[in-house]
Amino acid sequence: MKEKELENIINKYRADPTEIMNMLLDIQEKEKFLPKTALSYLSGKLGLPLTRLYQMATFYEALSLTPSGRNQIHVCTGTACHVRGADGILNKLEQKLSIKPGQVTPDQKFSLKTVNCLGACALGPVLLVNGEYYGHMSALKIDSMLQRSSE
Amino acid sequence: MHRLTSVEELEKIRKITLEEKSKKSSCLTVCLGTGCQAYAGQRVYETLKKEITSHNLTAEIELKATGCRGFCEQGPILVLYPGEICYCRVQPENVPDIIKTTVIENRIIEDLLYQDPVTGQRFIKESEIPFYRNQSRIILGANRFINPQDLGDYLAQGGYRALAKTLEEMTPEQVIAEIEKANLRGRGGGGFPAGLKWETTRRAPAKKKYVIVNADEGDPGAYMDRSLLEGNPHLILEGLSIGAYAIGADEGFIYLRQEYPLPLENLSIAIKQAEEYGLLGTNILGTGFNFSVKIKRGAGAFVSGESSALMSAIEGKIGEPRPKHINTALSGINGKPSNLNNVETWANVPIIIEKGAEWYTHIGNATNKGTKIFSLVGKVNNTGLIEVPMGIPLKKIIFDLGGGIPGGKKFKAVQTGGPSGGCLPQHHLDTPVDFDHLHELGSMMGSGGMIVMDEETCMVDVAKYFMHFLKDESCGKCVSCREGTRKMYEILEAITLGQGKEEDIPLLEELAWVTSNTSLCALGRTASNPVLSTLKYFRDEYEAHIREKRCPAKVCKALIQYTIDQEKCNGCGRCRNLCPQKAIEGEKGSPLTINAQSCIRCGICREACRFEAVIVR
Ligand SMILES: Cc1cc2nc3c(=O)[nH]c(=O)nc-3n(C[C@H](O)[C@H](O)[C@H](O)COP(=O)(O)O)c2cc1C
Ligand code: FES
Repeated sequence: MKEKELENIINKYRADPTEIMNMLLDIQEKEKFLPKTALSYLSGKLGLPLTRLYQMATFYEALSLTPSGRNQIHVCTGTACHVRGADGILNKLEQKLSIKPGQVTPDQKFSLKTVNCLGACALGPVLLVNGEYYGHMSALKIDSMLQRSSE
Repeated sequence: MHRLTSVEELEKIRKITLEEKSKKSSCLTVCLGTGCQAYAGQRVYETLKKEITSHNLTAEIELKATGCRGFCEQGPILVLYPGEICYCRVQPENVPDIIKTTVIENRIIEDLLYQDPVTGQRFIKESEIPFYRNQSRIILGANRFINPQDLGDYLAQGGYRALAKTLEEMTPEQVIAEIEKANLRGRGGGGFPAGLKWETTRRAPAKKKYVIVNADEGDPGAYMDRSLLEGNPHLILEGLSIGAYAIGADEGFIYLRQEYPLPLENLSIAIKQAEEYGLLGTNILGTGFNFSVKIKRGAGAFVSGESSALMSAIEGKIGEPRPKHINTALSGINGKPSNLNNVETWANVPIIIEKGAEWYTHIGNATNKGTKIFSLVGKVNNTGLIEVPMGIPLKKIIFDLGGGIPGGKKFKAVQTGGPSGGCLPQHHLDTPVDFDHLHELGSMMGSGGMIVMDEETCMVDVAKYFMHFLKDESCGKCVSCREGTRKMYEILEAITLGQGKEEDIPLLEELAWVTSNTSLCALGRTASNPVLSTLKYFRDEYEAHIREKRCPAKVCKALIQYTIDQEKCNGCGRCRNLCPQKAIEGEKGSPLTINAQSCIRCGICREACRFEAVIVR
C-alpha cells in the first residue's frame, strides 16, 4: 500500500488514535488484508504500540494478517442458517476447494471464511460471495455458484 | 439547503415536502433491504425505472426504494399506492406486465399476489396478509414508506417532530419522566428500565457525557437492528438526540457491526443530511442544543457487544469486558458517564415522546410495555421480521404469523435469546413472550432472535452449536468461561459422536453451574443456558445419544446411515453423478445402493433424489 493512500486514510479520521479500528477496516477493504508495512506505518504515525495493532488484528474475526483470495466466500454459520443445514454447505465447499475456513486456495482464486451472521437470516442458509448475497443455498447449488463467481 | 434555525422552519419544509409528494398520483414502492437484494431486488428497481420512463409516467408515479418490510420470505416485495396492491417474489421479467396491466390498465395480476400456503387464498392488500394482519408495527411500519436515503420521506412521516417537541416544550426531567412512565425496557436483551439508566447518567457529576447506540447485533440469527438502521436511520438518530438532550450529552456514538455494509451506507448519509439541515451539530433548530454523532465499526467479536467491552472498543482499545465495580452509566468512555442502549430501544423513544406514555402503555402487558421486533427464522413457513405487542403467546407467533412448520413436519422447539437463551418445547407454547415469562422458563427474551426448530433438528447438536460459538467468542479473560465453555463443548461433541458416557450429564450440569457463577460478564454467566434448557426439556435426546448411540432427529453424522429404498429407486443415477465420494453403486436403470464404508453422510444424494428414495436411519 502506498504511503499516500495510508495518509489519506489517516487524515480521513483526523489522525485520531481512537479511530484506529475504522482505519484498519479501511486498509483491509483496499488491500483485502492488513500488510505489515501498513501496520508499522500506522503505529509510528499515531504513536500506538505495534503490539496493540497486532493484538487487534488477531482479536477481531474480520481482520486478517494474511492475504485473501481473489474471490471471497463467506459461509454464514449463524443459528438460523445452522438449523437449515449450513454445515452441509460448508462441508461441500471445503471439499470442492480443498481448503478449510480461514484458508486460501493455492492458486489464490478463492478464500473461505465462516461468519456468525450476515443479517439475512430469513433466507438461510446464506452465503456472501464477493459482497453478493446468495439465499436458500444448498449443496447442490455450489457448483454453479463457484462457476458464476469466478467468471 | 440552508440549516433549519427554528421549529417553524422545520414545519415549513415538512409542508413543502408533503405538497411536492402529493403532486404525484401514485407511488410504487420496492423493498431493497438486504433480503430482497439477494433476490434481484436491485434489478427489479432498475427495470421499473426504465419502464416508467419509457411510458412517460415519471410525472405521475413516484418510484421509491424502501428498506426492509419484514416479509423477507416473499421478496422482492412491490406495493402500489393508492390501493396498497402488494406483489410478492417479483422478478425483473414481471415488470413490463406490472406497468401495463396494473399501473396503466388498473387490473390486478393474480399470480403475483400473496397466496396463503395452507388455504390457497390470495390477498391484494399488504395489510390483509395474515403475516402482517396480526402484527402491531408501530416502529417497523414506517419502513414501507421511507426511502432511507431521503430525509424528505422521513419528514413526510412526521419525522423529527418528537425532537422538536422535546427541545421546545420539555425539560430534560420531563423527558426522562415520560420514558419512565412508558416503562421502556432495554431491547438489547436485559430488559433494564431505560428511564432509570438515563437518570443515573444524567445525575452523574461530570460535564462531559456520552450516549451510545449498540448496533453490534451479535445474536446470530437476528437482524432487527440491521433492518431498522438500514430502513429508517433517521428514527434512530432522532431517538438518540432526544436521549442526549435528556441526559445532558453532546456527543454520541453508534457502534455498528462490520458485517453490515448497507446500514453503514444509509446511516452515514443520514448523519450527513441531518448535519446539513441543522438537525445535528450546534444550536439544533435554533434551541441552543448541541449534539454530534460518530459511527464506530466493530469487527466481528460477539463479546464486544457487552457494554464495558463496547466502550473500550470505542476508545480504540480491544473490545474486552472489564469488571464493572463502577457502572458504565457513571464511568464509561474515557471514564465519563455514558449511556448505552440498543438500536430498538432508541427507536421507541420518538414514538413515546410524540404519542405520549399514556398511549404507549396501552400496548403490552402489566410489566412489559410496547412492542418487540423478532426475527422469526429457521423451520417456519413465513420467515421474516415481525413486530408484536409484548405478552403475545409463542404459539400465535409461530403458527398464526409464521404459518407453522414447512413440509407438514412437527414442531419441536423454539430458541430465543441467542447464545444466552434457551430452547422451549411444545408444552410451553402458551407462554406469553416477554422479558419475565421467558426468563422464568430458563430462556431469555434476548434481542429478538426466534429460531424455530422441527423434528429434524437435534437438540444435542443445537447445544453443541451454541457451545462452539461461545467457546470461540469467549475473550478468555475468565478461566471459568474460557475453559468451561471449551470443556462443555468437548463433552457435547463426544456425545454427538456416539462416545457419550452416563456421567456426562451430571458433569455438564456441574460445569454449567461453575461457568455461570464465576464469570465476569454476561457471556460467561449465561453461557450455560443453551445446555441447561435442552437438558431440562430434551433430556431424552441426550439419553438416546448416550445409551442407545442413536440420534432421534437423524442429524449427528456418526450415528446415522444413508440407504436407498429399493422399491422407490428407479436407478436414474442422479445421486450417483453428484456423490462426491463415488459411494453410490449399481447399474443405471435398476435400484442403486450406497457403500456405507465410503459414504461421508453429506446428504447430497438425499437432496438430489426426486423420488424420496434416499432414507436416513
Ligand atoms: C456478550 C454480550 C454481547 C452483547 N451483545 C449485544 C448486542 O449485540 N447488541 C445489544 O444491543 N446488546 C448486546 N448486549 C447487551 C449490552 O451489554 C447492553 O446490555 C445493552 O446494549 C443495553 O441496551 P438496552 O438497555 O437498550 O438493552 C450484549 C451483552 C453481552 C454480555
Ligand atoms: S444466521 Fe445466517 S444470516 Fe443470520
